[in-house]
Amino acid sequence: MSNEPANSDGPTNSSGKQTPDSDQNLLPILGQPTSRRTALKAAGAALGLAAFGKAVSPLMVIPENVSVDEFLQRHYKELTDEDKQKIFTRMEKETKESYGAEVSISDPQPIPGVRYGYAISLSKCNGNGKCMEACHEENNHHRGVDQSYIRILEMPKGTMDMEQGNTTYDHTVPQDDKFYMPVQCQQCDNPPCVTVCPVEATWKEDDGIVVVDYNWCIGCRYCEAACPYHARRFNWEQPEIPAEEVNPDQGYLSNRIRPQGTMEKCHFCLHRTREGRLPACLEACPTGARVFGDLNDPESPINYVLQNKRVFVLKEELGTQPSFFYFFD
Amino acid sequence: MSSLTSPDSVPIDPAHPVRSYPRFIWWGLGEATNGSLLFYTWMFVLTAIALVGANAWAVQVSEGMIVTNMTDHVSWGLYIANFTFMVGVAAGGVMMVIPAYLYHDKKMHDVVIIGEILAISAIVMCLLFVVVDLGRPERFWHLIPGIGRFNWPMSMLTWDVIVLNGYLLLNLHICGYLLYMRFLNRQPNPKWYVPFVMISIFWAISIHTITAFLYCGLGGRPFWNTALLAPRFLASAFVAGPAFILILFSILKNVVGQRLEDAPARLLINIIRVTIVVNLLMVVSEVFTEFYTGGSHTASAHYLFLGLHGHYALVPWIWTAMIFNIVAAGLFLSPLVLKRERVLVFACILAFIGAWIEKGMGLIVPGFIPSTLHEIVEYTPSLVEWKVSAGIWAFGLMVLTVLLKMAISVYRQSPAPATESTR
Repeated sequence: MSNEPANSDGPTNSSGKQTPDSDQNLLPILGQPTSRRTALKAAGAALGLAAFGKAVSPLMVIPENVSVDEFLQRHYKELTDEDKQKIFTRMEKETKESYGAEVSISDPQPIPGVRYGYAISLSKCNGNGKCMEACHEENNHHRGVDQSYIRILEMPKGTMDMEQGNTTYDHTVPQDDKFYMPVQCQQCDNPPCVTVCPVEATWKEDDGIVVVDYNWCIGCRYCEAACPYHARRFNWEQPEIPAEEVNPDQGYLSNRIRPQGTMEKCHFCLHRTREGRLPACLEACPTGARVFGDLNDPESPINYVLQNKRVFVLKEELGTQPSFFYFFD
Repeated sequence: MSSLTSPDSVPIDPAHPVRSYPRFIWWGLGEATNGSLLFYTWMFVLTAIALVGANAWAVQVSEGMIVTNMTDHVSWGLYIANFTFMVGVAAGGVMMVIPAYLYHDKKMHDVVIIGEILAISAIVMCLLFVVVDLGRPERFWHLIPGIGRFNWPMSMLTWDVIVLNGYLLLNLHICGYLLYMRFLNRQPNPKWYVPFVMISIFWAISIHTITAFLYCGLGGRPFWNTALLAPRFLASAFVAGPAFILILFSILKNVVGQRLEDAPARLLINIIRVTIVVNLLMVVSEVFTEFYTGGSHTASAHYLFLGLHGHYALVPWIWTAMIFNIVAAGLFLSPLVLKRERVLVFACILAFIGAWIEKGMGLIVPGFIPSTLHEIVEYTPSLVEWKVSAGIWAFGLMVLTVLLKMAISVYRQSPAPATESTR
């Protein structure tokens, strides 16, 4: 075996040496003995590495913004109560440092036996947008953008084709020939956003609310592409909120200020509803178009609507099975 | 250490042959970093572009993805478009394997190595394009099975992670093994590579199919929700991959005198001839079903080809792609591509760019326009996105150049009689 490489050395040597020779003609310094060339390569590599270090130096903000604890933080479902206490304390401290606001982060659990449903009367909704404003404030959205989990479609009467709709109207409401259809997370029973998430950063809770662990999400935005209701939002930058406007009543899985680069969504205000209060959008609605309640409770207003009104869901044909209903009075 | 870094010492000193695989790689890297002034200039330019890209990405990570022009409405843009296209190039690069191994075409074996090297560089680019698209790249470890939480088998993205990384390993193994054996002047043992080659054929199809499933599995996006998406991906992949290899060989011939034999070249051309027509046929089929039926399902296609409600951003892109594809198809079907190399290279460039637009701006972006609530928000990539993408392309070309140089060095060191390279 050792002979064979030796045999092939003959032609190899002659051809192998041609490259340095031709180099010498082009750039003499490169045709120098090996040590010289090696030194040059090393210098080139060192220079390249230095340039690379300089190029990626903006990344140095990561250690400043992401503590070791946050980097190593486990998935929500793997946290013990003790872990959670530590994490919430850390987050409260970080919010104080970054936003100057005293907040308290809680983690209300689903109430056993409760499944939430939401309904909107298309006869009553007049597109005034108070629900959007309330959502914006309740959920500590970035003040720089006109963000909300709710979008209101202004639709011409006589169609359910969303292509005819308009979400950016700024005239007085209601218009005579229009009706108004607010769309937010439908808390699907078969949520496409949960199916596609590669790291299980989003899931459906026992009370039917689809939530996101903002500290586990990697920001691939696949869920945003998968959602048929445009219900998911991405934090394109760190939210900015004046200290006096920060809502201090915060839930870990709901309205705490989200980190840059992660997904968020409507969570039926679970920090309120799991404690017996109503969603902020419902409280803000001046027309009484919104109905919220426990689908498992026969006495709840949501069940009255489902039994007595003409009810439909959006994009039923996609098989997402929303817990969000529309009806006419 | 010193003896390892000096490439010249290998043939001169038979008492110290490079034996172990790591040393072979080290030797190859040494060879790959030697070259003419043209080579150094090429690598210098690529390094500079890659560094600009790295810097743009670092800025994106620190300031947030607000520096891109993506929005909640168009949440994937240039990065994912390039990713999709490069998956195709990677799959197409390995199509040379089929004639070589399934039909025992010996002359194809050298081309196979080139195809696999192309696949390796393309997959490296794919992985980079995914990483730069992450909002929180430092949390990538959440995707590692065992440490993180891997939503397998439900999420198509986890499937994609598996097939892409598996494909990279497969090709690294096949390429490395064949070159190492060639270097040692030994006959490669079929047991160590033929099974992997067979797997890689199916794997090549799987990477593209699964990447198509990423999109066509989304019921809320009618533009992607078509069963024809995966076959269309494959067809355009088998145009783009071979086209790139033909361009590559033309460059290699002019720069280092490495010629592609006539038979493999003819076979590559024939592959493109068939698939470019099949691809056009499938485009026509989709356009027909979209426009003849009408309704709101047509909105995205309408936006892409004709514009919608006064928004036309993608119309020039897609018609450029259409014209490029049709002209390329015409050229490939004519006998000129076999006779004149310039025509061939021109046709390949047209087909390559045509596929890039079709799979990128022509497929990913219109999937988001209009949005699921039928809002129209247009998208044009920001300067940061162009810089990052150019940087990844430059890095991919660097990987390609280094691997090609390693392979060519091996072939020159150990010219086997049957496939002796002309020099």
